[in-house]
Amino acid sequence: MTRYEYGGDEFIFVELSESMSLEVNFQAMAITKQLREERLPGILDICPSNASYMVRFQPEEIHPDKLISKLKELEQSVSVDDFDISSRIVDVPILFDDPWTNEALMRFRDRHQDPSSTDLEYAARVNGFDSKEELIQAITDYPYLVSMIGFVPGLPWCYQMVPREQQIEVPKYVRPRTYTPERAFGFGGAFAVIYPVQGAGGYQLFGVAAAPIYQKEQRLYDFKDSMTFPRQGDIFRYRSITMEEFQAIEKQVEDGTFRYLTREITFKPRQVLENPKAFSDEVLGGLYA
Amino acid sequence: MIKVIQPGLQTTVQDYGRIGYYEVGMPPSGAMDKYSFTAANVLVGNEENAAALEITYMGPVLEFQQDAVIALTGGEIPPKVNGELVPMWETLAVKAGDQLSFDFVKQGARVYLAVAGGIDVPLIMGSRSTYTLCGIGGLEGRPLQAGDELKIGSAAKQRVKIGTRIQEDLIPVFSKTNEIRVVVGLCSYRLTEESKERFFSLDWTVTAEANRVGYRFKGERLSFVEREQPFGAGSNPSNVVDLGYPIGSIQVPDGVEPIALLNDAVTGGGYATICTIISADLNKMAQVKTNEKVRFVAVDIETALQARKEYAYKLAQIKQQLQLL
Repeated sequence: MTRYEYGGDEFIFVELSESMSLEVNFQAMAITKQLREERLPGILDICPSNASYMVRFQPEEIHPDKLISKLKELEQSVSVDDFDISSRIVDVPILFDDPWTNEALMRFRDRHQDPSSTDLEYAARVNGFDSKEELIQAITDYPYLVSMIGFVPGLPWCYQMVPREQQIEVPKYVRPRTYTPERAFGFGGAFAVIYPVQGAGGYQLFGVAAAPIYQKEQRLYDFKDSMTFPRQGDIFRYRSITMEEFQAIEKQVEDGTFRYLTREITFKPRQVLENPKAFSDEVLGGLYA
Repeated sequence: MIKVIQPGLQTTVQDYGRIGYYEVGMPPSGAMDKYSFTAANVLVGNEENAAALEITYMGPVLEFQQDAVIALTGGEIPPKVNGELVPMWETLAVKAGDQLSFDFVKQGARVYLAVAGGIDVPLIMGSRSTYTLCGIGGLEGRPLQAGDELKIGSAAKQRVKIGTRIQEDLIPVFSKTNEIRVVVGLCSYRLTEESKERFFSLDWTVTAEANRVGYRFKGERLSFVEREQPFGAGSNPSNVVDLGYPIGSIQVPDGVEPIALLNDAVTGGGYATICTIISADLNKMAQVKTNEKVRFVAVDIETALQARKEYAYKLAQIKQQLQLL
């Protein structure tokens, strides 16, 4: 049952579902896309999120109850079946089990469920894998849908495009860390993230991304239009890399020559929902062709 | 030019804020007490959105290297020019070589210093506001440091007579005990009825973690309705599937300490939010400091909208009084 809630006098929060699924994320995407296209007066921000969305508005222009009626209409009229997502497939190189996030996570063992193992070892165990290598394999085998952007500028929440029974799920830290290295690759609930900048955080730490996803100087090609790289609806393939490749990418980032490997894609949610495996194989085939 | 002799505890350049980028995770930043901020700009004849300095708890020492028209508003951190106390909420003239300093804070938490012409720093995504977490806006994306020099802009809209003063009944009075109005909603279904009731009957104490990102409160532990956690949410009963956080929303991670998210806060995350401070009371929240008390009062949406109208009317009165309308 969808909840329509006031967030003070400037926000409406709509919770489409308490639990996460690809279907509900596509629904939030479809509704917010339609809302954007209708260009209602007084709308300041439209923020799709994982299983919900939020709208910031000026009540002088549109009364919150009128906006809620409009959003309820959209919930009825918008279907994920007649909506196309135009986005990008992106190869995102990750150095798993790296020295920097290991150093960081060891400093906060007292805030963790299992102080005697690393985050990777713990997550592998609670998800029934025999080793951390198997967990890394499962993370990198199938791509992720960027299901929400936020927390800090450009942080992508990523939800793997696999059936529910294959989803990896891990608890967040018992108490959040006060430090997370920049570009750390983390996992919490059913979501993979990359931390764009150094800061606090509560997700399990598995590795580090080789290239930035936020660049305030906007020097790299991928940042020429925006300081933030990820967009909701993108498909990220996390690829496990070696220290050698990591260092080579870091050098390209420094030189200003790094560009993400990307392919433009237009797809229908139904393609993903009906056969996630076939969809994954197809997009990965296209990405690395 | 304004030269920074001492930076104060945290002095940043702020304007009305960076609006329209919430969906990429960019918080608005901007002046926390917008009423005082706007009054300061009006007193020096600026556009309402001109960049000013937000001064927190302990004031800076600034040296003017040119003649300037200034105004100081907000909490009572008594300002002095060349060691002599000067009034707040009034248009003042300073001369090249004058030093502005401050006494200890008496009331409130933040002072706004507007200069005719505005503080001239580059616009980043449509705003001059400092957002320190990502190091953007303001002066090099950080609070002021000793030795900094701030350029004064030339964009004053009109001249205001020196000695012009905001009339007394439009000057807010700050207190050590505060009522902050909120609209209940969001994920409030997660709190037990008893905890909801306690949330509104306790006097919460502001902890030392009270800054532009948010305010954390001490009181007592709150509990969440027991449930099997939905898929993707994480295991703590205060966790939800990660969602957007409205500005001014209040969450209670693990039930331990309520946190009100303010101008530089994270835009989303995985904790249940239970209510949102109404826009008219965000200004008041910004003037509350560590160890002061806050009681949250639940109001309905119509009351929140009415308070917003009254706030707009007060600002209009200021402009009218200064014959700027």
